[in-house]
Amino acid sequence: MKLAASPAVRVGISISIATGLYGVSFGALSVTSGLDFWQTMALSLLLFSGGSQFAFIGVVGGGGSGIAAMSAATLLGMRNGIYGMQLNALLRPEGWRKYVGAQLTIDESTATSTGQADPAEQRRGFWAAGIGIYVLWNLFTAIGALAGSGLGDPKQWGLDGAAVAAFLALLWPRLKGREPVAIAVVCAVATVLAVPFVPAGVPILVAALVAALIGWFSHGRSDEGLEPDVEPYGGHHRQGHGDAAEAGQ
Amino acid sequence: MNLWFWILVSCVLAYAWKLVGYFVPARFLENPRMSRIAGTMTIGLLASLTVVNAAATGQALAADARLGALAAAAIALALRAPFLLVVIVGAGTAALLRMAGWN
Repeated sequence: MKLAASPAVRVGISISIATGLYGVSFGALSVTSGLDFWQTMALSLLLFSGGSQFAFIGVVGGGGSGIAAMSAATLLGMRNGIYGMQLNALLRPEGWRKYVGAQLTIDESTATSTGQADPAEQRRGFWAAGIGIYVLWNLFTAIGALAGSGLGDPKQWGLDGAAVAAFLALLWPRLKGREPVAIAVVCAVATVLAVPFVPAGVPILVAALVAALIGWFSHGRSDEGLEPDVEPYGGHHRQGHGDAAEAGQ
Repeated sequence: MNLWFWILVSCVLAYAWKLVGYFVPARFLENPRMSRIAGTMTIGLLASLTVVNAAATGQALAADARLGALAAAAIALALRAPFLLVVIVGAGTAALLRMAGWN
């Protein structure tokens, strides 16, 4: 079977372009948040998880400490561990593929893979989306970082407004139904209440603790919040991650 | 140099999360609680980061052009605009509001 004829590869390529493109906004916002070009590239090359990368620069840009930025980014990266478990059960990678596949384990590559029913297609979808996004995300991060460093006063260009929009856009696809909206509102209120009392960056960790407590004590969908920023299958035909996990057992 | 240190720690821990998933026994998948916490924390952190970036300046709360960007981004998202367009709408709104004198 030719790769171009594989539906999973085609989905993987289109999701790579859509996701890779907004690496531009990450690159530009990162350098205007106070990171330099290579620090920005280190996050895209080594950390490689959009939400965590935006979290890191969002905390630093808001005057938070390096350790608060690291904590927010790391807590946001927990879901990649869940994706890793699902993909391991689904694709059963061996040897070096485990270590390379782990770095490519993010929302979009997981969603592209678990949205396919055939095991060979699941594998192709994962690698096509993972490699495609990795290459384009880093390319566009570099373009954004170079463009951003020539901008002068970031506020004049509304780049602080761009950061707000980016976080809302990352949150938005996860707000399907009443429960996730309620969690978001509770955590937003907790943040507002915490801001005057603790150093910058810490309110985000307070919200993370509140969210973790909600997750621990409440019983809802076990895949709540585990959605990609860009939906590869348009939202209707995709199997949930929960289904994928069951299929892998 | 200090920032470099935390960047690299973040990178190592991010990879550790990813890798750990591939090495824990499959029966952990049967425990929905970890997956649930990962999901609720994702929602909570992103909601919090949105609010902090929209309304906090250091330890003070502020109502400025960023709130306009938040509203404009929400409208763009409700109209199903793609990610990059939403970000551009947010930037444009904040810039225009500032030009109009609302800081």
